[in-house]
Amino acid sequence: MMKIKTPKKGRVKRELDKRAPKLVETGKKTLILQGTKTSGTLNSVLSEIYHLKKGGAVRFTRKNDNIRPFESGGETSLEFFSLKTDCSIFVYGSHSKKRPNNLVIGRMYDHHVYDLVEVGVENFKSIESFTYDKKIAPRVGSKPFIAFVGEGFENVDELKHLKEVLLDLLRGKVVENINLAGLDRAYVCTAISSNKVYLTHCALRLKKSGTVVPRMELVEVGPSMDLVVRRHRLPNEGLRKEAMKTAKDQPKKKVKNVSSDAIQGTIGKIYIPDQKVGEMALPNKAKGVKRERREAKNKDANEHASKKQKEESE
Amino acid sequence: MEMETEFTQKPFQVDMGNLLAFNPFHNFPSLPTSRDELVKECIQEGTKLVQAIADSVFNLPSTEDADGPLVKLPTPTTKLPREKHLPKPKPPTKWEEFAKKKGITKRKKDKVLWDEQTGTWKRRFGYDRVNDDKDIPIIEAKMTDEPGVDPFAKRQDDKKKRVEKQEKNRLQNLKQAAKIGALPSHVQLAATALPITGTQAPPKKVTKDELGNVAGMAATSTASGGKFDRKLPGEKPAKKQGKHRKFLPVVEGSGIGSREKEQTENVLNKLISKHSHEILNVDKAVTMYNVKKEKKARNKRNQEGKLSSARNKLKPKKQLHKKNGKKGPGSSKKGKAK
Repeated sequence: MMKIKTPKKGRVKRELDKRAPKLVETGKKTLILQGTKTSGTLNSVLSEIYHLKKGGAVRFTRKNDNIRPFESGGETSLEFFSLKTDCSIFVYGSHSKKRPNNLVIGRMYDHHVYDLVEVGVENFKSIESFTYDKKIAPRVGSKPFIAFVGEGFENVDELKHLKEVLLDLLRGKVVENINLAGLDRAYVCTAISSNKVYLTHCALRLKKSGTVVPRMELVEVGPSMDLVVRRHRLPNEGLRKEAMKTAKDQPKKKVKNVSSDAIQGTIGKIYIPDQKVGEMALPNKAKGVKRERREAKNKDANEHASKKQKEESE
Repeated sequence: MEMETEFTQKPFQVDMGNLLAFNPFHNFPSLPTSRDELVKECIQEGTKLVQAIADSVFNLPSTEDADGPLVKLPTPTTKLPREKHLPKPKPPTKWEEFAKKKGITKRKKDKVLWDEQTGTWKRRFGYDRVNDDKDIPIIEAKMTDEPGVDPFAKRQDDKKKRVEKQEKNRLQNLKQAAKIGALPSHVQLAATALPITGTQAPPKKVTKDELGNVAGMAATSTASGGKFDRKLPGEKPAKKQGKHRKFLPVVEGSGIGSREKEQTENVLNKLISKHSHEILNVDKAVTMYNVKKEKKARNKRNQEGKLSSARNKLKPKKQLHKKNGKKGPGSSKKGKAK
């Protein structure tokens, strides 16, 4: 005995359709939460990440003591939250003696944990500690430039993984068209050593240069921190293959009334609608008409006159 | 798009779709001593990379927009994992398969149709529709009709059956889609009842109160009377059955708040009374006695009334006398108390 349940309200149906899997995906939402204990620096780190990702992030402020991302049973709560909030990246902060200022950045595939990276935050400088001209402050939700510097990102396995995860976290929505006037922020990640990365957020100042391309100037505005890679978990091969599958490029949308021929090339058909002569507007009171009328009158008058003359003459 | 040669002849990897640039050739031969130096160098390198991206992005063909030049970015080259699985295409329904086999094509239907009966344009379905089943006033009898069968009711039943059949088919199609994982996102299939095995009666729903009672009974049957049982998280303590009895504390100092003294005082006052006239409410006692007497007399009367009715007229008068008589001892009691 089965029953078909469909939502009774249009609003609910639209929400469900938004969360359904799509062929081409737009940005991933981020879930920011914390564990049993957090330190002051960690709190500000989490709130600043939330601020940077304002449009597509959800922040939980309560402590969650049953979440242990690296243990096999400790992910159920995370998966449940991910399902309910429709978030595919999570940032989980916790503080303990063994792992101070710990951040676990993880991704989900189909609301199950896909991969994890654990980093420690050191030398954190918050947004308030930077002084800069407020006019160049980047606006919320603008698409950032992302720059990775260092050979560590290519050679060291953990840093390669961290690079991929940071890209996913920082890039925001994938857009096709972009307004060049709205580019005002950049993230710079430098590999300082084989397990340390310096991440900073800068505002862009565009200076005039001779060519079309303006000269870029980076001014540090946002949070800056040192990330020390502690642990990481790569996805299993099968899951990775499935997640990396992309839809075949959609077949080009059929353009109507265009066909191609081997001999003549591209042919287009143009359909002209019927001309409604009866409904066209008459140009009343046009000077020309008046003059024509006048001339016609005069002509008639002349004709009459000439006729009369002729008659008279006859 | 992939490589950009810089003046240092060290190529960066630029991904314009993501506005991403990667310099895989930089390394710190020796870490700078101060933090500021490190930061400065990082910013410098970052600037170079961002300049490289900007070079390629600003050179793309742009269209003018209200806010500024609009540029169409190419697709990103770095592959990142998806967040949800690829959606599976819906399998064709049974009707769609049949239509394909027979070559039946879909035809566009009009929203309104001409109704012959009323001579107006009516909608195809919904309120006040064309050819509504309920609007037929007269149904002609056919030779094949059985006598005693209501044709209007029969039409309604037929329609109901058709609708049920359609619902069943729709459920089958959705089940088929669910089997291969292509259920539409807004549809959920839910089991309404557990499969019935054995007897045909559905299992009776147990209410919360019933469960509580049974749990209480089971608890009291333990050795400790249910007090020290291990409770599940969230389970409330058992409800107390019977009247709440309150006992005074064993040891208590005497003084204004001495409860035992108050309790005994109240009892003694009621028994050995100094103000005994306050104890007996005389009027109430009299009315109670009289009512009792009346009832008794009425019952007697009802019995006797069946035999003779004449006597009833005399009886009430007798009562009055008796009443006065009874008042006497009550008033005399008053006198004694004083």
